[in-house]
Amino acid sequence: MNYTFSSKTRNICFILMAIGLVSIVGAFIADSHRAWPSLLLNSFFFMAIALGSLFFIAIQYAAEAGWSAVVKRPMEAIASYLPYGAVFLGIVVTLSALHFNHIYHWADPEILHPTLENGQPNPHFDKIIAGKSGFLNPVFYIIRTVVYLLGWVLFLRAFMKRSEIEAKGLDVTNWKRSQSLAAWFLVFFAVTSSTSAWDWIMSIDTHWFSTLFGWYTFAGFFVSALTMITLVVLYLKGQGLLPEVTDNHIHDLGKFMFAFSIFWTYLWTSQFMLIWYSNIPEEVTYYMDRFANYKFLFLLNLFLNFFFPFLVLMKRGSKRNYNLLFFVGIVILFGHWSDNFVMIMPGTMKEHWHMGWVEIGTMLGFLGLFGYVVLSKLASRPVSNPTHVFYQESVHHHI
Amino acid sequence: MSNKVIYGVFDDEEVLLTSAKALRSKGVRIKDVFSPFPIHGLDPVIGIKPTRLSNAAFFYGMFGTATAIWMTWYMLISDWPMNIGGKPNANWIENMPAFIPVTFELTVFCAAHGMVLSYLLVNKLYPGRKPHNPDLRSTDDKFIMEIQSSENKRVSEDEILSTLRSTGAIEINQKDLK
Repeated sequence: MNYTFSSKTRNICFILMAIGLVSIVGAFIADSHRAWPSLLLNSFFFMAIALGSLFFIAIQYAAEAGWSAVVKRPMEAIASYLPYGAVFLGIVVTLSALHFNHIYHWADPEILHPTLENGQPNPHFDKIIAGKSGFLNPVFYIIRTVVYLLGWVLFLRAFMKRSEIEAKGLDVTNWKRSQSLAAWFLVFFAVTSSTSAWDWIMSIDTHWFSTLFGWYTFAGFFVSALTMITLVVLYLKGQGLLPEVTDNHIHDLGKFMFAFSIFWTYLWTSQFMLIWYSNIPEEVTYYMDRFANYKFLFLLNLFLNFFFPFLVLMKRGSKRNYNLLFFVGIVILFGHWSDNFVMIMPGTMKEHWHMGWVEIGTMLGFLGLFGYVVLSKLASRPVSNPTHVFYQESVHHHI
Repeated sequence: MSNKVIYGVFDDEEVLLTSAKALRSKGVRIKDVFSPFPIHGLDPVIGIKPTRLSNAAFFYGMFGTATAIWMTWYMLISDWPMNIGGKPNANWIENMPAFIPVTFELTVFCAAHGMVLSYLLVNKLYPGRKPHNPDLRSTDDKFIMEIQSSENKRVSEDEILSTLRSTGAIEINQKDLK
């Protein structure tokens, strides 16, 4: 069975994209200081969802998981947004590293030299950033960005190639090759998911660092990706597709949303509590900024991303209630978008932040593009893949 | 009226499952099944309701959370406030991040221990209890279905026996209950 990308749905995507385009252009005309962080936030958020989905596919192969074979096509469709996201994010962070804007403090060339050309002391000299310039300099930064994004996109292409072979017929050799591909991807991802988070997001607050930051970012986008997979599967179920996906598969996806919401909280707490407890000035600045100007949002995130899904999804029945799960999914996605907001905005906008037409508009624009790419990919081939090696096992999955 | 207990012995859990379905469709109430391992999908077939242990676990967990909050408040705020690392110690909420680990641990502790003890008590698994197993082969390679005639007054005993036989029971034993 194929998903039909109806002209009505298509138009919704186009309208969202138009809203986004107007917001981005309008923001650049009105206030480019506000437009850049909003672009970074949204290009990163949606790229990361696609990346998280690719990671989830790789995990299925590495763990020889059988239950997920029937929902592999939706996962692939979400991952297929990765190249588009990579292009947008690549452009935004490259221009930021070249100091077209003031997102990255370290990108300012004036702060690196202790003395001016006339021999006078440089009033803008920043000793801490100068000490980090061996790693945080535009050339190395752009090289790293290209390596991450290109690496992930090439892995995605390899996975998609394997998927095409998979569609042709039952092929165990192909599955084994997919598994070793997944293993290589996981090694690459283990390193790059952390370092990319340092580069793109943690380096906004250049003076500050946290050894947990990579994992914290990863936990956020992984739970967003799992939630997005669940939402797409529920949407397809609502369209009368994917009859082989039963309550048991939905229950498992719900469990993933529940479990990784807790995982995110675990890392959130680990990062926050140690910094709060030790109370060292160079570390607590990060949370001082957030408590000074973002207190409501900061605490709201903990509620939306932990207490709400934790208490609502705890019961077995709620993970099997499609409408409830869909609603919780939307809350979690907004919660993590807002979490990313609180990661990016304090270092760029300080107390002058808004969550208004620029940020929401840009988000809607990226959502439109994301939806268009994902749904086109879904419509391009059958939503079931009965020739997957574990398809039968997956169909008989029962918990 | 005689009160009999019928034991249907099977050597395959799938056969037992189909037999149980056939008996249930005739309105026979199955008292219990003895099996060397859990049989997947058996519970709804023989009419066992989903466990409410998870509801109990939630309340045990809540009890643990409450205990931890009370304990940290009483010990470190009310009874004997201490200045640790220059942290505010005048009220509980400002100290709360430091108490998260112990709250978490006590929640898990109470939920886990409460669940285990409830499970053992509800299933009457305590020291000194006499084992209730009609046929010791059910701990090795046989699957035993127990049906009590006093619970099945609407279905004749012969019908139960013939259904058991026709659906693959390798052996049928009967015992009178006093």
